[in-house]
This record gives sequence, structure tokens and C-alpha cells, in this order.
Amino acid sequence: MSHGILSQILDYANRANPYPLYEELRRTPVFHDGTGPYVISTYFDIQSLLHDPRLSSDSRNLAATAGDPLAGGEQEEATALPPSFLKLDPPEHDRLRRMTNRPFGPPHSPYRVDGMRGGLKDIVTGLIDNLGDTERIDLVDQFAYPFPVTMICQLLGVPREDEARFHVWADTLAASLDPDPDSDPAERQRKTHDSRMELGMYLAGLIEERRKDPGEDMLSQLAVGHGPDDSMSTMELLSTAALLLIAGHETTVNLITNGMLTLLRNPDVLQQLRREPGLAVPLVEELLRFEPPVQLLPQRTPLVDIEVRGITIPKGSSMWLILASGNRDPNRFENPDRFDPHRKDVQHLGLGSGIHSCFGAPLARLEAQLALSELARRLENPRLLEDPPPYRQNAVLRGPRHLRIACDGIRP
Amino acid sequence: MADSALDQLKRSGRIVVVGASLAGLRAAEVMREKGFAGTLTLIGDEPHEPYDRPPLSKQVLLGKADAEHTLLPRRRDIEAEWRLGVAAIGLDMAARTVKLADGDEVPYDRLLIATGVRARPWPNEAEGELAGVFTLRTREDGAGLARALAAGPRRVLVIGAGFTGSEIASACRERGVDVTVAERGDAPLVGALGGVIGAVAAELHRENGVDLRTGIMVTGLEGDSSGRVRAAHLSDGTTLECDVVVVSLGAQRNTEWLTGSGLGAGPRGIACDAGCRAFDLRGIVTDDIYVAGDVARSPHALFGYQFLSLEHWGNAVAQAETAAHNMLSESTDRRPHLWVPAFWSSQFGVNIKSVGVPSMGTEIMITQGSRAERRFTGVYGYQGRIIGAVTFDNARWLQFYERQIECTAPFPPPFTTVDRRADGQRPIPADFPDPSVPTHGPTITLSGYSPADRRIATFTPAGH
Ligand SMILES: Cc1cc2nc3c(=O)[nH]c(=O)nc-3n(C[C@H](O)[C@H](O)[C@H](O)COP(=O)(O)OP(=O)(O)OC[C@H]3O[C@@H](n4cnc5c(N)ncnc54)[C@H](O)[C@@H]3O)c2cc1C
Repeated sequence: MSHGILSQILDYANRANPYPLYEELRRTPVFHDGTGPYVISTYFDIQSLLHDPRLSSDSRNLAATAGDPLAGGEQEEATALPPSFLKLDPPEHDRLRRMTNRPFGPPHSPYRVDGMRGGLKDIVTGLIDNLGDTERIDLVDQFAYPFPVTMICQLLGVPREDEARFHVWADTLAASLDPDPDSDPAERQRKTHDSRMELGMYLAGLIEERRKDPGEDMLSQLAVGHGPDDSMSTMELLSTAALLLIAGHETTVNLITNGMLTLLRNPDVLQQLRREPGLAVPLVEELLRFEPPVQLLPQRTPLVDIEVRGITIPKGSSMWLILASGNRDPNRFENPDRFDPHRKDVQHLGLGSGIHSCFGAPLARLEAQLALSELARRLENPRLLEDPPPYRQNAVLRGPRHLRIACDGIRP
Repeated sequence: MADSALDQLKRSGRIVVVGASLAGLRAAEVMREKGFAGTLTLIGDEPHEPYDRPPLSKQVLLGKADAEHTLLPRRRDIEAEWRLGVAAIGLDMAARTVKLADGDEVPYDRLLIATGVRARPWPNEAEGELAGVFTLRTREDGAGLARALAAGPRRVLVIGAGFTGSEIASACRERGVDVTVAERGDAPLVGALGGVIGAVAAELHRENGVDLRTGIMVTGLEGDSSGRVRAAHLSDGTTLECDVVVVSLGAQRNTEWLTGSGLGAGPRGIACDAGCRAFDLRGIVTDDIYVAGDVARSPHALFGYQFLSLEHWGNAVAQAETAAHNMLSESTDRRPHLWVPAFWSSQFGVNIKSVGVPSMGTEIMITQGSRAERRFTGVYGYQGRIIGAVTFDNARWLQFYERQIECTAPFPPPFTTVDRRADGQRPIPADFPDPSVPTHGPTITLSGYSPADRRIATFTPAGH
């Protein structure tokens, strides 16, 4: 095991292709360099730890974060808001997640996501119509980014005229998850903090309005809250809304961009998708395995000493679960480095598993399926202008910062 | 090179499956998957292609699905000769033939028995035939009961509060139908999950408006002049007016057709080895007869090699797959059926799941969540190890406890977990009823060590 493999994983130089590093890591399934986190990289270990009730997602259970290079990246919660349910354990987690799910998914709102199909399609169509100069398209800025932001605004019920402001805050907050070594950290932190405050105040205002005059949108329904769990406090509502906002698009951007990149690298699959849009369904699953937008979960800690493969991980240690590595574990998937949308039995870890499995999964899947099948259908002879593309700094939420492509035209 | 017997079997052999339902169908699919190219005959006494039963007590009773529309999805084409609507009535092990009710005899090289169980009928035959009295096992049962509920009965009486009975009561309440549940034991689900969990189930019933009466027996049903049920008499001397009665007293194994065949088959099922090969009456394993699903009872390493009979959907699938694999494999390639029992149910809006064999447990500890909130995980202990677990709306943790059972982890668990509450600090007696007091019966039965039922029939436990 070469020394400093974790810093290599975080090193921007390896962002375009971290998979060989993961392969190396899997040779030491429970990796620990003495001071840093315990790193788990094989499929079955990750899968069982995600269902292990001795593992906490609440950072208040961390003994110390010394030696964990990702421990600092949590500023987004360091402001006044309480932790979102992503970073809570049951029963608080369950209660908040349940309340958030009420207006979002089954059993209480079984048609919410499917009902968004038409709206999603319109946004996709509009964005593709406006791609402009087909010789120079930046698929991230012109498509993969605006799509989910517009979507989340609709879902939450942010008025159209406020979308622009919302967009700026979202941008800044997303950037804060993406530590750029070249920018001044103090300046960045100030900007992040300001955006958070402004966003928080904006949402608080919106929530007040919705309490008085609720609509069909999720914020209204969360604000009013009628169910056995009562309603959320304003602070809980704010952190939930912020979570939905950030998690709701920061990951989808990467899913769509990684998807298009993978398709352009596998032209036969792209062709096939053009002919049969239905392929988008298994294709997105394979994509979640092959290039998951969330590469690793850096925020788990055992409540007691636990043993994994004969190694004792002490209570309070920081643990990383490398989902993207588990997804390429040859002990679980045949030919794991092959992108194969026809793969059977693709039970990937791309959306996590257990109680914290991706809340927005049904929406993310639908967004990616629509986006990719429409891009495949409408772009004529698309090609990559740059391979690999420039990536975002972030090793956790990994994806291209730009995806420059060209095509011969846009089909109607 | 001369063909091996196995190659010959695969190419042109004759495989017969008796019981054309979940286990039979899945086994047939696996056989074809494994390259079996000979004749495959599926014999079923029901006139339908294989359909799924769990929805019958859930979606179908709620009017959300038609009983006719619960056909099992096919994993692949099986090119079978279907003999539907005709029962197998005998087996000649020496001649290797199955005798059918229509007089036919079907020869086999390999036989798979998957005849499942049937609903235990109301003991008084005349009363059981009154209009408005139902059991629930088949599609016809489901359709009939759904119609009866849709017609808006004044009161339904469910006899027996096992999983099926509780699901029926739940469906009634969801439809706004008044329902009384009469249970001989002290609480619903007590045979499967014990008294501690039974008490939670009882609260669920009552909170949802079920008139739950425990520790009580129905002693008789009374019809009106047109032959419709109108009332039930209870052991406490009261009479209950009701126009629909559902008899939900557990199941009986479909093994009578094997009487006299010499196979180790009896009222508690057909004994087989871990590889699904049936035992004959002498306790000697057969080579060409396999068993899978509800009708089988097989030894399980994790549970002291005791013979287990399971009425679990997942077991039927897994055991069918193993049986099919072994039927077409050399002895060295055979696999044991090591499935950890797992069961689910859904009632009163709560998702209930269990793994392992809770009914073997003597103690229980609520390791996560709380009974008062109806959201919890309970872990069962037996002789210092974890033997089973149950979750109410907490299923995502179940996989962890399943692994604990598999690795015979100690009980009580020596570690803490997320969501540990005050009432989960120490184990308490699981409170299973004395096996000599009959209840509706669990869905797992420990059925002794002996392969041949006859010798141990006198020890028949709860409800069997
Ligand atoms: C209402 C209901 C709800 C259920 N809910 C759940 C649940 O929530 N979770 C769960 O895990 N399990 C549930 N189960 C249990 C599950 O359905 C069974 O475990 C499963 O059906 C077993 O499959 P099998 O193929 O072994 O037997 P069966 O499904 O019983 O099939 C046996 C077949 O063989 C036929 N047969 C019998 N004798 C003969 C003969 N002599 N000749 C020809 N054919 C014959 C029978 O008519 C039947 O069609 C439920 C069962 C019922 C009835």
C-alpha cells in the first residue's frame, strides 16, 4: 500500500480517474494510516456497515477529527442552522425524514414525482432549444446545472421571479462544498455565510407566507404539516429546505454530466439510447454504479468499538465509506470497469443504502432518465471537445465542472 | 465419451413438478435456466396458472387489486406441459409415476413436490358451509371475501389473529367495516412473535377500532333460514351477530395424496435433507424426489439442525431454486438450503418483518425505537445467542440483525446502537404461550428431529 493514498484520492490531479486508486485501496479493505479515518472500500463491507445500527451519522459522536482531511468540509452546517436529517441519527432523523417524505413520496404523496414528468420535460426541452452555438456547448452551465435548480424551485414552490436570486445563493453554497485551493478561504467563507444567511432569511419569509396561504408545493406542505409527527419548527424547516436545495441539485448535475460523458465515451450505447429511450431506465442504474455522483460518505462514526474483518475500529473514529469503490468491486460485479447498461443485478451503492439512502432518488432518477434520453435523441452527432473534461475540485461530490461538446445540429 | 446419466437427464429426461404455484413455478424456471431440455410437466389442482398469494389478504381485500390479477411474473419461458385443474392423488416410488385424479399416470425421472398448504377449515363442516363463511388461501377465496367486504357487511368476525387474520381485520377497518377478532391466545401474533410483541399488536388492533377479544374461542356458528351465517357463539357465553366470518386458523399441509407411498410425508409436511431431497418413511433419503416450499420441512444448521416448516414466501422461492439446482447437479455440486427464515406482513399501516426463528426465543430485547411509538426492532435470544428479530416500521436495520443471527452472535447484544431507548436496556421474557395451549399457530414450526412424522406425531405442538 503506497503511502498517502488518501491524499492521492483527494488530490485534484487524480480527479478525472480515481478508480485505479480505489482498486489499490480495496487490497486493504479496512485501511487506516494511523491517524486518519478508517476507510472501507469493498462492496459487502460498505453494504453491511450502512445497515449497522452501531454506526452514527451524527458528528457529535466523533471523538476527534484530527487526521481526517475531509472533516473540515462541513462548514455548510457550521452556521446557525441545526443539522439536517442527513446528519442525524434515529429517532430525530426518522421523524424529520418522515415529515419531509409526507408531501414528497409514497404512501402519502404517491404521484408527486411522477406528476412532475411533464414539467421536467418542458424544462429539458426549453434548455435544449436554447443551447445556441452547437459548435461550443458547455453542457454543465447550459443544461446539467440549470435543469435541477429550476426543478427544485418548482418543487419547493419558489416563485419564478425569485429564481434568479435563488440561483446565485445556490451557486455560492454549492461552490462552498467544492473547496478550491486557489481561492482565499476567508473570503469564501464570508461569501458562503452571507449566502446562507440571505437564503435562510428568504426561505423564512417564504415559509411565513406559505403558513398563511398554503399551496400545493412542498414548502407549504412542510410548513403546515399535518400528520402524526406534527409540524417542523421553523429552524428544522430551514435546514430541511437547505438540504433539499443543495442535495437536490448538486448531485443531479453530476449524474447528468457524468452520464453524458460516459455516453460520449460509449457511442454504441448512445446510439442505442437514441433508438430506444426506454433504455434510459437501466442505463441510469448502471451509471449510478459506474460513476456515482457521491463518491464516498465521510461522515460515519461507530458508537462502540466495532470489528470489521478482524480489525477493531474504535468508538468515535471517523470512517469513510467509498461507495464508488464498492461499486467497482470485482467480488460483487463481474467486469466492474465495464459500462454495461444491460447488466443484470445492478444493486449498486450509488444512492447509499439503509436509512440514509438518497431521499431524492426517485426524482434524481427521473431527471437523469429524461435528460439523457432527450439529449441522445436531439443532439445530432454529438462529440466531446475535451477528454477528460476539467473536473470540480470536490472529491466527494465528483463531476466535471465543464463538459464542452459540439454537435451538428439540434433535432426538433 | 459416453454421456453421463446427468447429461442424459438434462437432454431428454422427464421432470414432474406437483404443485403449480410459487415454489413449483420458480423451480421450473431455474431448471430451464440450467439447461434442462427434457419434458417438464407441471401438475396443479387449481385451474389457474401460478399466482401470488400475499396480495390476497392485502391489496385484494382493499379493492386495490383484483384477485384475478395477481399472476406471478414469469422470469423466463418454461415450455412446460401444464396439467392444471387436476390433482395428483398418488405416488408410486418404485415405478416412478404420479397418479392423477383423471386417471392418468405421469412417469418421471425426477419429481419435485411443492404442494404447499391449505387453509385449516372450520371444524364443524355444516357450519363451515354457511354462506358468508370464508377461509383465505386461494384466488377464489380472495375474490369472494373481497366481494363480501365491498358489499358493506354489518359486522365481520375473524377467527384467529395470526398474520392472515390480522391483515384481514386491518383491511376491514381500512374499508370502514366493523370487525371483531376472536383469538384463543392472549394476543394477536402471539404464536409467531410472543406476548411482548403480541401486546403491541393488540394495541394496534384496538386503536384502529377492531373489537379484539382474546382468550376466547368461537364455539359455534349459526345460520339463518336461507343458510347465511348470522351469528357466532363464543366461549364466554355471549353471542355475536355477524354476516361475514373468516376462519383464519392456520394451515394444513397438502400431503394426504402421499399416504401409503412410503415417502416421509405426514400432517407436518414432507421431511427432506438440507439439499431438499425427500426422506422416505424409514428416514432414508431418496435420490429422485425433491421437496420445496410450504410443504417441506428441512433441517437447518443455524437452528440446531432442527426440522423447520416455514410458511414464508421467500423460503418457497429460495428452496425451489436450491431444489431445482440440486435436481440437475452431480452430488458434489449440490447446495444446501441455508436460507435464514424471513417474513413480512403489513397491517394497520405498519410494516412488520421478521428474520430467524423468533418463536424459538425465550427472551426479547427492544434494541431500537420504542413499542409505544410502534416503531422498533426487537431481538430474540435463545440460550445466550441471537435467534431471531422483528421490526415494526424499522425494516432497514433488519439486515444487520440477520447477520447477527447467521454468526450466532451473543444475546443480549453487548453493544449499544442508535435509537436505543430506556425500555431497551435489558432483555425481558419473550412470553411465548405454552405450546400445549393452541393458538392460531406461528408461520414457522419446529417439527422435531425425526424424518418420519409418524413416530413423533404424538408430540404435535401448537395448532398442528
Ligand atoms: C393470504 C395469504 C397471505 C400471505 N402473506 C404472506 C406474506 O405477507 N409474507 C410471506 O412471507 N408469506 C405470505 N404468505 C405465504 C406464502 O404465500 C406462501 O409461503 C407461498 O405461497 C408458498 O408457496 P408454495 O408454492 O410452497 O405453496 P402454495 O402457494 O400453497 O402452492 C401449492 C400449490 O399446490 C397445489 N396442490 C396441493 N395439493 C396438490 C395435489 N395433490 N396435486 C396438485 N396440486 C396440488 C395447491 O392447490 C397450490 O396451488 C401468505 C399466504 C396467504 C395465503
